[in-house]
Amino acid sequence: MMQRRDFVKQTAAVAGGIALAPRILRANGMPHPPSVVRSAPGIDPVLKDLLLLAIDAATSAGAQYVDARVELNLRQSVSTREDHVQGIRDSASEGIGVRAFVDGSWGFAATPELTREAVTGVAKTAAEVARANAAVERAPIRLAPVEALGEVTWTAPHEIDPFDVPVEDKAALLLELNAVAMAQEGVRFVSSSVSSFRTDKTLATSEGTIAAQRFMRVGPSMTITAVSSDRSRFQRRGAVVEPSGFGYEYVLKRMTADAVRVWADEAVQMLGADSVDAGTWDLALHPSHLWLTIHESIGHPTELDRALGYEANYAGTSFLAPPSEMLGKFRYGPDFMNIEGERTSAGGMASIGYDDEGVPAQLWPMIKDGIFVDYQTTREQVAWISDFTGRKNSHGCSYASSWSSIPFQRMPNMNLLPNADEDLSEDDVLTAMDRGIYLEGRNSYSIDQQRYNFQFSAQVAWEIRGGKKVRMLRDVAYQARTPDFWNSLAVIGGPSTYYVGGSLNDGKGQPGQSNAVSHGCPIALFRGINVLNTGR
Amino acid sequence: MSTTRREFLTGTANGRRSDLLTEAQAREIVEGILAMSSADDTSVSVSNSWTGNTRSAVNRITTAGEVTNTSVSISARFGQRQTSVSTNRLDDDSLRAAVDAAQAQARLSPENPELMPLLVAQEYAASAGFFDSTASLDPAKRGQVAAAAIAAAAEHGDLTAAGFLTATASASAVANSAGMFGYHRSTSVDYELTIRTADGTGSGWAGTADRDWSAINTRDQHARAVERALGSRNPRSLDPGDYPVVFTSEAVSDLLGLLSRSLSARSADEGRSAFSAKDGTKVGQKLLDEKFTLVSDPAGLGSAPYDSGGMPLQPETWFEGGVLRQLSYDRFWADKQGMRPTGGAGSLRMSGGTASLDELVRGLDRGLLVTRLWYIRSIDPRTILYTGLTRDGVFWVENGEIVRPVNNFRWNDSPLTAFASIEELGRPQRVTSSREVPPARLSSFQFSTVSEAV
Repeated sequence: MMQRRDFVKQTAAVAGGIALAPRILRANGMPHPPSVVRSAPGIDPVLKDLLLLAIDAATSAGAQYVDARVELNLRQSVSTREDHVQGIRDSASEGIGVRAFVDGSWGFAATPELTREAVTGVAKTAAEVARANAAVERAPIRLAPVEALGEVTWTAPHEIDPFDVPVEDKAALLLELNAVAMAQEGVRFVSSSVSSFRTDKTLATSEGTIAAQRFMRVGPSMTITAVSSDRSRFQRRGAVVEPSGFGYEYVLKRMTADAVRVWADEAVQMLGADSVDAGTWDLALHPSHLWLTIHESIGHPTELDRALGYEANYAGTSFLAPPSEMLGKFRYGPDFMNIEGERTSAGGMASIGYDDEGVPAQLWPMIKDGIFVDYQTTREQVAWISDFTGRKNSHGCSYASSWSSIPFQRMPNMNLLPNADEDLSEDDVLTAMDRGIYLEGRNSYSIDQQRYNFQFSAQVAWEIRGGKKVRMLRDVAYQARTPDFWNSLAVIGGPSTYYVGGSLNDGKGQPGQSNAVSHGCPIALFRGINVLNTGR
Repeated sequence: MSTTRREFLTGTANGRRSDLLTEAQAREIVEGILAMSSADDTSVSVSNSWTGNTRSAVNRITTAGEVTNTSVSISARFGQRQTSVSTNRLDDDSLRAAVDAAQAQARLSPENPELMPLLVAQEYAASAGFFDSTASLDPAKRGQVAAAAIAAAAEHGDLTAAGFLTATASASAVANSAGMFGYHRSTSVDYELTIRTADGTGSGWAGTADRDWSAINTRDQHARAVERALGSRNPRSLDPGDYPVVFTSEAVSDLLGLLSRSLSARSADEGRSAFSAKDGTKVGQKLLDEKFTLVSDPAGLGSAPYDSGGMPLQPETWFEGGVLRQLSYDRFWADKQGMRPTGGAGSLRMSGGTASLDELVRGLDRGLLVTRLWYIRSIDPRTILYTGLTRDGVFWVENGEIVRPVNNFRWNDSPLTAFASIEELGRPQRVTSSREVPPARLSSFQFSTVSEAV
């Protein structure tokens, strides 16, 4: 596994070389509506004009603050099963969303029509909606200060823009890998796909920032199904590769024939795996599994809006409340546990140049030496906890999933830092287990609305005896209570075990919005966890 | 660009809900696109929508929005090669670029042997799903509903309201170069309210949905959420285990969804479904309690009477008297197996009785009343085993009376066992704009651990 330092170094070099990278792959002919034919990254004068028009119109209608975004969202999916293509879909969606703040209340309106008339109309509607809400408004809203940045640009670091790769090349890669999986005796079905996403977003705020940015994401996937010869049992190996904020080079690096042979072998082996004995076990969690446990049991409870009741009707609240009793006081885990929030890592799916309120990307400690020290924040949220944090500025966590969505607080990349004292390898961590289970790959995940009680299962489970893998197990799930679980963290792997996972579809809010977020972590060992047998 | 299309575009651009795409406008747009294509076969769908929403929390309105959008999806096909391209730019140049892109990509795509011949012109059932009451829910009206909920919470001093009201009006059309054309418009409205107590020990939820806003009684809903919040304060601890339960319609609907999405005939035929048998499928077997009957009724629930490919959707019976009557077939698998295509199991009606939720509780000797299920995730598709939690009010019942609130639980169970243990079903209610489900009393449900969350 690549060391995190090298990872960052390498991608920084890539970022510096974008302009020189040869365009060896031909464009695939995606429809670019006339208004978006522009050289990215850069500030398009037509869009700038429309955004400033929106800000003027909403301001004239009484808004004290306005932000407006034009986004072009491209998506493409190529999906296959066994020896054939099942679907190739491309979509382009473009429009403008305007958020207006009037007398202590927010209003939002969005339209796909990028004409002066429509943009003026939608900006006025945003102010009208805010005014309708102000009738029942109580608490005034204060926005944390942010520097006016003028005109700025940012592009996600990548070697190959996934929209420069012809669909037939993507389909050919998947079909070739499907054939490798099907060649394994016992494998009956395989499905695979590659999803590609690219967003060009230009933001303007009434406070003097215009930011043009390009984001990219790729999501390769494969599910291999083995069926027993008498059809009495079947097992699936999926979630083989995490999505990423890099370009198509990530797909080529991770979706290889050698990797598929391992996954196919695991699917077949699982048919013959022994059912686990329920009870208390030590668990070693591979980063391909642990990232989701971090996401659910640390990522979501540290959303400040959630902790204060703003998500009560949907996702729920958080056990990390009230902030006055938690910040700097709550022990999340042992003193070698450190969690950082960041929107700066190369390839991180929540990485940005600037958030949807014009706040620059940053990195900050959230759990330091085992103690909870900070939440995720937007400009509106800073004042809610500034008495306890002393902070006057936003951590830059405002995000809207498309032009038609209102920006609100979303999760940054959140990473568990590797062992700072010793570069413990996978073997070193497993050696620390006399009797335990080693879990790889995310599978079922469920957690309550305050993020206490969770249950997770994995793609692959190995029984460990005396520090060695002895057999494969099935029907394994573990249940725990968040603070108990993290305080049972006993051994943490070194930088050489660090690996970045993440989700392309993290849901929050009403209307529901989906964001993409990455979580890096090392292998970690937890003592005395309750394991269930789900086979019944 | 034609006058009709220009009028349509400028109308929705200003967010006027009355300007939904008409059938004539839809026909003109799809015919224009079909005329641009030189592919062997071309299919087009158009979707136009307005959504208005108002969200509240901590006793104030937090966000609200008005969004319009129209998108077109074009599938170009040469033999067994096909790709789809969609865009929301509807000027002639953009549409031509999208058609060209679909054609260019289709020529380069590998063959998909599962593609079926285009459907010719079809007959569709009438489906009345559009209500002006919903399409006219403007920001001011939505704000009044939020204000009323906040006022209902304020009457009890220490309660906090968080709610969400969203209304959608949409028009859509499907068409192809073989003469098929379908058009449908509908509305839907969803309203949810959570009331929490200031001490953080009580939480109550009530939700409703319909196609017709005038069918929703918000006053009753506010009262129900307040009552559950107050009643759930200071829950007593109760050990996990198997308990008889009364589930609200919403909780039953969650379990039903797990079952309905497992009805694919292809998965069963391929040996990877709970409905696979050693040499075939379990169709014809009595798998559930005899009171369990489940049908799809798209036209009766105001849904589009066709699927995304324009195939007409008829009423379908999935379970009758607990017997699995059939599985769902898409056109490809139906053709391969010599069966009739059914489309997926959507727009569901689960049969019930006449009892209210309170009457179901009165029939419970000792057990739990569960308001709502949460965070439901698959554990084992072989048995449709899922895990999830309870939330927003769990109550211990003795001799038909609610005795006290108890803690939440994690549960691990399957709709196959839950619907095999039905004691009584209540009066079906709309739980989403396209689903009608009864509350139920079940003889057993498996709660695996305590959740201390409120």
